[in-house]
Amino acid sequence: MKKIEAIIKPFKLDDVKEALTDVEISRITISEVKGHGRQQGHTELYRGNEYVVEYLPKVKIEIVVNDEFVEKAIDAIINGAKTGKIGDGKIFVMPVEEVIRIRTGERGNEAV
Amino acid sequence: MLKKSLLALALSVPMFAADKLDTGDTAWMMISTALVLLMTPAGLALFYGGMTRAKNALNTYAMVVGAFVIGFVMWIIAGYSLAFSTNSSATLQNIVGGFDNLFLNGINWNDLSGSYPLLVFIVFQGTFAAITVAIASGSVIERMKYSTWLVFVAIWVVAVYAPIAHMVWGGEGAYLFDAGALDFAGGTVVHMNGGLAGLVLAILVGKRQGLNKVAMKPMSIMLTSLGAAILWFGWFGFNAGSAFGANEIAGLAFLTTSFAPAVAAIVWLLLEYITYKRMTLLGAVSGVVAGLVAITPAAGFVDVMGAFIIGAVGSIVAFYGVVGLKKKLGYDDSLDAFGIHFLAGLWGALAVAFLAVKDNDLLWDGPLKENGDRVAQFLVQLESVVIVGAFTLIGTIIVYYIAAALTGGGRVDKDTETIGLDESVHGESAFEVK
Repeated sequence: MKKIEAIIKPFKLDDVKEALTDVEISRITISEVKGHGRQQGHTELYRGNEYVVEYLPKVKIEIVVNDEFVEKAIDAIINGAKTGKIGDGKIFVMPVEEVIRIRTGERGNEAV
Repeated sequence: MLKKSLLALALSVPMFAADKLDTGDTAWMMISTALVLLMTPAGLALFYGGMTRAKNALNTYAMVVGAFVIGFVMWIIAGYSLAFSTNSSATLQNIVGGFDNLFLNGINWNDLSGSYPLLVFIVFQGTFAAITVAIASGSVIERMKYSTWLVFVAIWVVAVYAPIAHMVWGGEGAYLFDAGALDFAGGTVVHMNGGLAGLVLAILVGKRQGLNKVAMKPMSIMLTSLGAAILWFGWFGFNAGSAFGANEIAGLAFLTTSFAPAVAAIVWLLLEYITYKRMTLLGAVSGVVAGLVAITPAAGFVDVMGAFIIGAVGSIVAFYGVVGLKKKLGYDDSLDAFGIHFLAGLWGALAVAFLAVKDNDLLWDGPLKENGDRVAQFLVQLESVVIVGAFTLIGTIIVYYIAAALTGGGRVDKDTETIGLDESVHGESAFEVK
């Protein structure tokens, strides 16, 4: 079981969700975050004062999948999120020790 | 004493003296008063509050509301008397009125000011006093102690605003009134005055922590824009109400007060586009306010071309004040009370000499009306801006130091400033977002 975290541009969320659904991954948590990689902030202008906005809005997607779905998930996320421009984001894959479904008490691969 | 005050009043009102109540005039002056009242706790408060960082926006709003209520109460207690009554000493009458009407002593409910109730005049003028001091709050947002601000307001309205209003509008014997200074609705009395007071406070209280290093983003430009719209709406009362009657002069003020700000907004947008390749909503509404300020001293004196020029140049002057001068000189006039109110008001006050229509039915007594002498009128205008400026400068410094002494210092401590005044000072938040 693996957890896949992806930081993407907010307006690409719908595309990513659709791509994941196409490969039958539909359990997902999203959060609105801020940050930047090597992308410079953009500037905003208020009455002649320029502000460099350092932390850009991003969306973080978290999904937990069984091992055989990992590559499919990665491909789906890349297809959905990529624009080719700076700031597209990153994907992180990490091992998961245990998964439990609260309602039924199921554990392991069945709970994923 | 009462007769003398009424006489001074009747003379100070630039219209044909009438002993009889005119219901049209009365209705208009009542509405004008309500319009100007709206300008402070709604118009200015939103305009300023929207431009403040989220953690301090409520405090900014509270400063404006506090200024209104305290300013208005002080007006009724002493301000009106000092502005519009006649001082028993002819020398002092040049600068300030007397104490005859303290707490409206000696004024009856059925006294008239020309063709409408005197009480309405008093309230009308009180809303002017309140908004003048409220303007200054914009320069010291995010760092001034609330208690100090309230004490400052209470003293300033009586010690600085009232004498200035007296000198310009106070009737026979008042220095600038006698000199023939033209200030239709308060370009000097309100805008130069409030704007300069703001700058003085900004310098005395000091710059905000992190200025030019930390991003200080406005909480809501939409609220600011809504505030500007309310100001514009109310300004019809401010300018056209200063005709003191439901008449053609008020009608002229309606034209100038709608046209000049619209022109000014367009000019500001063009200046922004030229300078930054971008037009902003904040720029558009800033242009509107600059135009409104610039036309205020001239609203009932100029024609449509005059309004066009005053609005356009007023916008250029204010734009430079906000975008150029502030950066150059480095003061933290946070919301540009000086940049917009002082500078645009100054322009309008001086431009009146050359753009006022030579029509003796419009003009107030002065060199232009008597001799058609625009240069002499300009010199009178210049004299009025210098005297008003100097009085405000010195008066504001003194009043601030008194207020700061009475409240143990005018500035909040570092942590309070960092956390934000809404939480630290008021224990309130402007929005509860779930």
